[in-house]
Amino acid sequence: MKIARHWAPPPLIRSPALRFAIYGGATLYLALALASIDVNWARVAEGMARAGRLLAGFLHPDFTSRWSDISLGLGESLTMTVTSTAVGVAMSIPFGIGAARNIAPLPVYLFCRGFIVVARSLQEIIVAIFLVVLFGFGPFAGFLTLTIATVGFLAKLLAEDIEDIDPAPLEAIRAAGAGSWQTLTYAVLPQVAPRLIGLSIYRIDINFRESAVVGIVGAGGIGATLNTAMDRYEFDSAAAILLIIIAIVLACEYLSGFIRGRVQ
Amino acid sequence: MPVSLADDGHKIWRRRTRSAEWLRFAGWLLLVVLVVFAWQLMTRDTIWSFVLDAPRQAADIGSRMFPPRWSYIQALWKPLWETLNIATLGTLLAIVMALPVAFLAARNTTPSLAFARPVALLVIVSSRSINAIIWALVLVTIVGPGVLAGIIAIALRSIGFIAKLLYEAIEEISTEPVEAIRATGASRWQVLTWAIWPQVTPAFAGISLFRWDINIREATVLGLVGAGGIGVNLESSLNTLAWPQVTLILLVILGTVVVSEWMSAKIRHAII
Amino acid sequence: MLVIENLTKRYATGDLAVDQVALSVPAGQVVGLIGPSGAGKSTLIRCINRLVEPSEGRIWLGDTNIGTLSGGGLTKARRRMGMIFQEYALVDRLTVMENVLSGRLGYTGFWRSFVRRFPQSDIELAFAVLERVGLSDQIDKRADALSGGQRQRVGIARALVQEPELLLIDEPTASLDPKTSRQIMRLLVEVCQERGLAAIVNMHDVALAQGFVQRILGLRKGRIVFDGLPDGLTPDVLTEIYGAEDWTATIRNVGEDDGIKADIEPKLAIAQ
Repeated sequence: MKIARHWAPPPLIRSPALRFAIYGGATLYLALALASIDVNWARVAEGMARAGRLLAGFLHPDFTSRWSDISLGLGESLTMTVTSTAVGVAMSIPFGIGAARNIAPLPVYLFCRGFIVVARSLQEIIVAIFLVVLFGFGPFAGFLTLTIATVGFLAKLLAEDIEDIDPAPLEAIRAAGAGSWQTLTYAVLPQVAPRLIGLSIYRIDINFRESAVVGIVGAGGIGATLNTAMDRYEFDSAAAILLIIIAIVLACEYLSGFIRGRVQ
Repeated sequence: MPVSLADDGHKIWRRRTRSAEWLRFAGWLLLVVLVVFAWQLMTRDTIWSFVLDAPRQAADIGSRMFPPRWSYIQALWKPLWETLNIATLGTLLAIVMALPVAFLAARNTTPSLAFARPVALLVIVSSRSINAIIWALVLVTIVGPGVLAGIIAIALRSIGFIAKLLYEAIEEISTEPVEAIRATGASRWQVLTWAIWPQVTPAFAGISLFRWDINIREATVLGLVGAGGIGVNLESSLNTLAWPQVTLILLVILGTVVVSEWMSAKIRHAII
Repeated sequence: MLVIENLTKRYATGDLAVDQVALSVPAGQVVGLIGPSGAGKSTLIRCINRLVEPSEGRIWLGDTNIGTLSGGGLTKARRRMGMIFQEYALVDRLTVMENVLSGRLGYTGFWRSFVRRFPQSDIELAFAVLERVGLSDQIDKRADALSGGQRQRVGIARALVQEPELLLIDEPTASLDPKTSRQIMRLLVEVCQERGLAAIVNMHDVALAQGFVQRILGLRKGRIVFDGLPDGLTPDVLTEIYGAEDWTATIRNVGEDDGIKADIEPKLAIAQ
């Protein structure tokens, strides 16, 4: 008599105890989390009408009635993006070099790393709130916020790139008798430059999006215009602003793809 | 690397041709002009006396912020739980919606290159262009303040992020297994689940965990516009100028981010 | 049981990959397909199960005209043809057993296959086939943890588990060392004999083909230029098939194994 041979697919998590703990824990968490959401369904139902108006707003966005506000906000966002990216890229080069363990002396390394960690640890909007308190309302505070964020972002990646470089050209150039600056330009920079350029262009995209955010707390930009439009329930204008943001980000992406293609 | 002849006949080497040099110079000049122009426009209304006053202000605020009001932490446990939920449930919601979008956007799995793919790409761009806090601003006006607005805001932002990275991973799979599964007589859906999905599972897990980590950071500030979580406490503390409380909240946010980054790294290490 | 009439594949550039091919393969016959690279061998094989759409011609598998099928009919027809690939085409992250069972996808509904609940008869068949190819002790190993020869045997098992009438084999030994190549060829020929399967085997190693198949087709620029017994491959014929290409270069050095020499040398002697 033939004995039937059975087969079942091997489980994702081999150890049964671990499997029970993870699946059980996940189910418990989900149950608790969903239960804790306190939804005012009446309010949501009301809100559906507004949602409808917003979606309709996308079909006939209103660029004209609030154009002066929109152009002001947009101008602030664009100028903030340009200046903060430029200054941020420029500043991130020394910080990035200083934060690379393989070429920076220890005190410089610690200082630069410290700055990068602080710059990366807080969300832009929180930094913007403080800078508005310190420097006043307006795009200058927003410019500083985005510059700090840019340095934190680029310097870290640059430092990591420099730490990962092929040491052979470095040794070769040093052996030929080059000084530190020459080593930097001939051995380090050529290896990290293409990626740095690509990342800087990517950062333009991010900075523009963030420039919309900082406006909410008064640091300039189109976020403030959007906030006002939503407060006034002017959904057609709000939709127009959102469409402008999407269009500019899309344009940035195309441009960045084009430039990166040329550079690499 | 152009080589040319000088007047007396010896060879000159330049890194670039003359015209390339001029082009580069012109490019840099244009860039500098653009930046200076933008700067002038941007700082047109800046009150420089405020700017110069900043260090004094900083010292003033600094003194009011320390020491942190440690006892306030009692009030933060529930908001912290809310923040975690906003991030986690928002990420889960985004995953569910991003999966079909990714498969519609990938050249090799989309049912129609002319229609479905552009629509999916449009969804991705729209989702990515608007930060979570802006989505939250819009949603609070629609569904009212609270965690629901926060969850949806996180989800709307994350769909684009997850779908974009996922569809790029789908386009890079090796086609041989796909061909082989087709050759056995499997249906389109079977090919998807047996030949394509197993190839992108590691990428998918990594992307989702990465986004969850970012979402924890973003969820901490959504409360500033009323979408629930610890940001609500931050907003109220700022409004009442309760600086020692603000300090505590910032420390708690920092701690949360550190813990979630550590957890996410550990989990990614374990499954990949 | 396989009859091909006027099969032609024309690409958009106007190139004819397959040019008016006509052939018939009775049940149980193993046919070797040889020819220079670019001759259209891979394309021809893929036209038979319509992984590549033919431009003209008719293909009959038994009583069924494969060319007119679509959707469900096509998947049913594909079940009857098992395909084996040069680079094995396994789903790396799935286990050996799952890869073999994927051969039954054409017979299983989507949801049953999704949760891996195949009928017991399929499982029995899979075990039997795995035993035949000698991989019974590897069933829960991930496919990418196996050697090249083992992976090809999984590929063969996957094709056999379909219970096909015809095997389409695309350069099964091109990625394997000479000794393993012979093992695989021997396995293929034995299996075809046992089950009365017809097979078309693309081979780029002429001597290996001569050692194992019953009939040889020579393909050059998409046209069949030779159809006969392996012994009929005189140097003139080989030059006609391969043209300027040195077909002796396709024969790999087999080393000290006397059994190998005994198989190949007599054939080479006749060819010279």
